[in-house]
Amino acid sequence: MAEARLDRVTKRFGATEAVADLSLTMADGEFLVLLGPTGAGKTTTLRLIAGLDLPDQGRILIGGMDVTALPPAARDVAVVFQQYSLYPHLSVYDNLAFPLRAPGRRMPPEAIRKRVTEIAEMLRIGHKLKNRSTELSGGEMQRVAIGRALVRAPNLFLMDEPLSSLDAKLREDLRLELKRIQRELGATIVYVTHDQVEAMTLADRIGILDRGRLVQLDAPRAVYQRPATIHAAQRLGSPQINLMPSGAPGLPAPPPGAVTAGVRPEDLVLNGAGVAAQVLAVEHLGAETVALLETGNLRLRALVDAHSPVAPGTPTQVAIRAGAPVWFDAAGALIGAEGA
Amino acid sequence: MAEIRLENLHKRFGEFTAVRESSFTIRNGEFFVMLGPSGCGKTTTLRMIAGLELPTSGRILLDGEDVTWKRGAERDIAFVFQLFALYPHMSVRRNISFPLRLAGLPRAEVRARTEAVARMLRIDHLLDRGVGGLAAGDRQRVALGRAIVRPSAKAFLMDEPLGALDAEFREVMTEELRLLHNRIGATTVYVTHDQVEAMAMADRICVMNHAEVLQIGSPSQIYDHPATRFVAGFIGAPAMNFLAAEGALSPGARTLAVGGTEVAIPETRGALAPGAAILGARPEHIRLSDTGTLRGQVFGVEYMGARQLVTVDTAAGRLRVRAPNTARVAEGETVGLDFVTARLSLFDAATDRALPCGPEAGGAHG
Repeated sequence: MAEARLDRVTKRFGATEAVADLSLTMADGEFLVLLGPTGAGKTTTLRLIAGLDLPDQGRILIGGMDVTALPPAARDVAVVFQQYSLYPHLSVYDNLAFPLRAPGRRMPPEAIRKRVTEIAEMLRIGHKLKNRSTELSGGEMQRVAIGRALVRAPNLFLMDEPLSSLDAKLREDLRLELKRIQRELGATIVYVTHDQVEAMTLADRIGILDRGRLVQLDAPRAVYQRPATIHAAQRLGSPQINLMPSGAPGLPAPPPGAVTAGVRPEDLVLNGAGVAAQVLAVEHLGAETVALLETGNLRLRALVDAHSPVAPGTPTQVAIRAGAPVWFDAAGALIGAEGA
Repeated sequence: MAEIRLENLHKRFGEFTAVRESSFTIRNGEFFVMLGPSGCGKTTTLRMIAGLELPTSGRILLDGEDVTWKRGAERDIAFVFQLFALYPHMSVRRNISFPLRLAGLPRAEVRARTEAVARMLRIDHLLDRGVGGLAAGDRQRVALGRAIVRPSAKAFLMDEPLGALDAEFREVMTEELRLLHNRIGATTVYVTHDQVEAMAMADRICVMNHAEVLQIGSPSQIYDHPATRFVAGFIGAPAMNFLAAEGALSPGARTLAVGGTEVAIPETRGALAPGAAILGARPEHIRLSDTGTLRGQVFGVEYMGARQLVTVDTAAGRLRVRAPNTARVAEGETVGLDFVTARLSLFDAATDRALPCGPEAGGAHG
């Protein structure tokens, strides 16, 4: 495993800057997740690291070595894509062993067997090794695809939404396993997703990308609690953070320069003291309930207990938990970012 | 507006039964969601209501009138497919009014209806803009407007209309659809495989699996009192934990042997042989507790913003626990678990059906 670094990397496609002056260091053994909507530049960043695209400017370093001009094969990275691409005519075992049998490696068959079995057990496909890859379920196929990357112990793993084609339950299981395997192997992983739950649960650090630029790079808890910009604040949290003008009723006195306040839905308290509001709609999500409120011309979402007595069309009071607001200036940047 | 009644509706494709003897009533003005995994028969049911598919047997009544053999066009029902496609070269106004112009309505009426729909969706200020430059949320509102502009529809039928959207916009549109429904109150039948959408929007949810209706009820009824183990596992994320009981269950018992310890359970009138009961506990109904008698080792801790998800390996299996984001717990640590007794479910392992629980079932918070 190795540290990797992007040094002021820019990549243009025609007139669009897909990646703009991006500098980023992935620590050895780190699970780094790049999060952003479609078009944010996350997949391009991954392809630049892999060598599948070449930057217009800047350098890429892996393990301290400048690999900017090296072809993908010479970079010793393993890539897992969203669509598992297995060899359909091969067994699970042979699919997993394939990267180890590459001509240059000269790995003895016994060592290959040991490594493949070990990884297959880790991914819980040990009992499927003799199956054809076409005889597997979607989840099993994706495990094999991940396993094929893991057998190799490369410098760096690059993963592009590897779980997004799986159903929800399977995603939950694999998420946890992937994180655990990464720790056990001490692997450095750069993982691209637009799913905020994956980002929060998997990442040691999340990099928030917005139109090719890195907006924030921090631990999930830090991004959630102290988002660097309004854009970053909106990427984490479901329902989304409430945004309101800094002078809105119910808010404490804003710091100098504050234009917008952000308050997480779980930090709104209903039916006590506070500002009068109307309940527009109530979503019972099971474990919790989301109430959509209107106060003045503001619409706010509050996350309340599953069995809270809120009903659509009724009045309520809404208060903001002390210390909850984060403040943003006119440019949408966090105020007091240093004081955290 | 309309009430839709299905009587013993049955649909076979060759050997395959797509919908088995379904009977239920969709009430006038309700937002009715049909939920289930792919292949469960929900879309086939919707298509039969729309008149796009004829039943093998059974009847469909629209406001009391038998429409089983009427063509789709004669049913006054609007069918909405995925919401994303707009005509890129047309203005917002022309996109929304398209179905009306196609139907050859008089210009004044086209104009009035288009503007009324745009106002309802709060996009009236965008009417004469091209759709190219619109924000994604506004584009979806235009698509929604085009879907609902059709005059005199007695009901709206929607088949996974948000399926193609990013998670973020899906959330926005879920809320938008529900608010729209609150305003116009049209009977809506909405098909999805996404339980979050169903919970967020429905007045009532109809859960289907393998061509059969398993349960119909409000989101809270279904979440709190699932009728079968399948329903319990399908609704809610992360899914309900299922723990196999070791001991027998006798009528009126207040505890059950699980994972080498006794767990307090709601009172039940059911009785089951040893090993025949399954205890169902949602992640938010298990608590980390020093005094909990079921103990286990923490396999993983996942931070999720407002909360965290703790996965614990116990003698009763791997359990997921939803904990507040303030709880301090680390991987590898041994923890005790407590259960919120009143909220537990019990299932018969042989039939997967829920056992009727406790005197408080249904009434306490309904």
